Amino acid sequence: MAILVIKDLTKRFGGLQALSKINLEIEKGSIHSIIGPNGAGKTTLFNCITGFYVPDEGDIIFDGRNIAGLPTDQIVRCGIARTYQNIRLFKNMTAIENILVGMHPHLRSGIIGGILRDPRTRKEEQEALQEARRLLQLVNLQGRGDTLAKNLPYGEQRRLEIARALASRPKLLLLDEPTAGMNPKETLEMMNFIRNLRNTLGITIVLIEHQMRMVMGISERITVLDFGEKIAEGTPKEIQSNPRVIEAYLGRGAASGLGVQAQPAA
Amino acid sequence: MVCPPFLLSLRKIWRSALIGGGVALLLALVGMVETFHSRSVINNVVSVGQVLFLFPVWYATYVSLRQMSEERKKVMIASFTAGIAGSLPLVLLLLIGAGINLRAMFVNASPALYKILTFGQNLWPGVLVLIVVNVLVTLTAGLLLQLSSRWQRALIQGFLWLFIAGLMRDLILTVTNRWGPLAGVVQFFFAANGLTPLGAVLLLAIVIGLAFWPRRQAESQPANSRARWIVLGSIALILLFLPQILGPFFSEILDNVMMYILMGLGLNIVVGYAGLLDLGYVAFFAIGAYTMGILTSPELNAHPLTYWQALPFAMVIAMISGVILGLPVLKLRGDYLAIVTLGFGEIVRLLVLSDWLRPWLGGTQGIQLIAQPKIGNLTLQSQVQLYYLFLAWVVVVVFIAWRLKDSRLGRSWMALREDEDVARAMGINHVTTKLLAFATGALFSGISGTIFAAKLTSVYPHSMNFLVSINVLALLILGGMGSIPGVFVGALVLIGAPELLREFAEYRYLVYGALLVAMMLYRPEGLWPEERRKLELHEEEFVESTSVAAETE
Repeated sequence: MAILVIKDLTKRFGGLQALSKINLEIEKGSIHSIIGPNGAGKTTLFNCITGFYVPDEGDIIFDGRNIAGLPTDQIVRCGIARTYQNIRLFKNMTAIENILVGMHPHLRSGIIGGILRDPRTRKEEQEALQEARRLLQLVNLQGRGDTLAKNLPYGEQRRLEIARALASRPKLLLLDEPTAGMNPKETLEMMNFIRNLRNTLGITIVLIEHQMRMVMGISERITVLDFGEKIAEGTPKEIQSNPRVIEAYLGRGAASGLGVQAQPAA
Repeated sequence: MVCPPFLLSLRKIWRSALIGGGVALLLALVGMVETFHSRSVINNVVSVGQVLFLFPVWYATYVSLRQMSEERKKVMIASFTAGIAGSLPLVLLLLIGAGINLRAMFVNASPALYKILTFGQNLWPGVLVLIVVNVLVTLTAGLLLQLSSRWQRALIQGFLWLFIAGLMRDLILTVTNRWGPLAGVVQFFFAANGLTPLGAVLLLAIVIGLAFWPRRQAESQPANSRARWIVLGSIALILLFLPQILGPFFSEILDNVMMYILMGLGLNIVVGYAGLLDLGYVAFFAIGAYTMGILTSPELNAHPLTYWQALPFAMVIAMISGVILGLPVLKLRGDYLAIVTLGFGEIVRLLVLSDWLRPWLGGTQGIQLIAQPKIGNLTLQSQVQLYYLFLAWVVVVVFIAWRLKDSRLGRSWMALREDEDVARAMGINHVTTKLLAFATGALFSGISGTIFAAKLTSVYPHSMNFLVSINVLALLILGGMGSIPGVFVGALVLIGAPELLREFAEYRYLVYGALLVAMMLYRPEGLWPEERRKLELHEEEFVESTSVAAETE
């Protein structure tokens, strides 16, 4: 069953066609990668799904509901959370506060509760704090909760961002280059971590990724974008031998050369 | 050519001494030296004006010498030459001033100033004296550095207190004269102007003695929360009896400070928590004050209300106006927001000033006969009585601001401040969250305005000046954005201190500017910066979170 169905999604910036007629289905509980050269429209796709951009045409159906054009704060309440290519934590708040902000949709207390701190608010805050601590542990950041986000090392900031996204209890998690700037060992750890997340929490994960080893190792399905168009989709194996993909990554000449060699093997 | 290292460090020291001299020149030309010459630190020995033109050179030399790691003899040579370098700008002024009349450009370059700078001598002996005094002053910096750091600190503290005591002579005596038998003891230290020489020496000895007084180590960890309560309790007691201790003159200043604290706490929510730069904040103060005026003054109103009856209306109207300002600026950020809010503040001021609304708002003549708050048969009208009204509101507002800071709403405000797009992606509704910030900020400012109106029993458009907004913002920056204790510190320094020294009033904005630049350079986080609460490892604090102490941690 597909949890997210994207139909004919188009987004233009002036004359630039950032996404044209993208069709995409994400299976529930799968790990789905989106790859493509720089400027292919991967992040634009994420921005359309999460409401940062309003798509010009097309539908985004999440869990049976069309969310195209909804404001961001509504979409997260539907159960979609994301991380960002260049980390966007709340820098001057502590790690645990970042996670608490992530829980925002599940908390009820308002201004009066905040001032009076009535038993209900206090209970809610305490439970939120418990859950935040659990999430810290999940991403292996226990003991760093009271550190300002900006003072955390790079890798920990990446993990904190994931914890903050998880705090909204998403059904679908969008990760924008979670291993950017990581060395091979860290990348491997991140890969296992993401797989674990899916297995333990049962959520669906879509990731944009550049490191092919990671993409091929972790994904169940891969979609390839180039110049705002979907040029291929399939299992890692299918994608690896797809001539159009090779062409997009390496250029036409290389592709024809490779294509000739690849054909007998296929 | 390779410079020997000593020459290099000498050049550095000369440069900073010259900068110090430049500051001295500036202070002389803006007139501060002359204005403050009439005030003595030590009667007939040192005047405040003299301190003003000698201290910058001393300080610049001291700071740059401290960074130099040279042997004793070289430090002394350096400090000697620094004195000569530091005196150059003023010497230059004297030499030029002797030949050309500079008063066309620099009003304050008067013979009286030259007389101060030459210590009453003629030109050439005067220049010599000026250089010698500068050299002597910088030599003390070199000598000071030969001492152990403990002695250095003690001496610096001693002279600092000496200066403060001399400067504040009149104020200290107004206060201590109320203290009966203690008054005589204090009077002993002071002459008609500043300290007596003997008093100065004694005071210096006392401060240095105190600095060396063996001090008990700080309490161990477990006793901390009790110690905190004791500190809080004593602060509360002091606040309660402050007007009685200090007398009516200081109560007036305290009222002013509290008025700004109330506004500061409000703006702290808007700018400090939610990051919405509001330059028209005085508008809400005006709206609070004018609502109070319109509703309670028999001039404009056939059925005047009492203060307490009008208060809820004023509060609600202030909040609504906060929302009204908030709605159009929801999408604006940073500079654009600042400009629009600035315009809003001006609109409100021009409206109350306008002839068009004169029948309702009084125009240039403002509103008189505003009701003063009554409790039973007691009308709160003296500075001391109004102090308690201010105090009560400050307590309430601090409580609200402090509680909100660590609530879900407070976190939403801060998230919006840090990154609005991401905050919205976390499910935060930016419309209601921002409007709540504007409304809460406007409410606090409006409350401050109502007391202001009741205190003066009148309001005038010119009190609703743009500079009020700037003052409030400046005190936030000085104290530390987002920090509640910072608001208090900022208000005391920016609003309280200038009131203490009327001579300063003229130079208020010069000092503001210098202070803010210095803050940005050396302490951009403010005097008492905001601290995030520890949530992961201090669970128990959250449970018994009634203690204000969490703030001051």
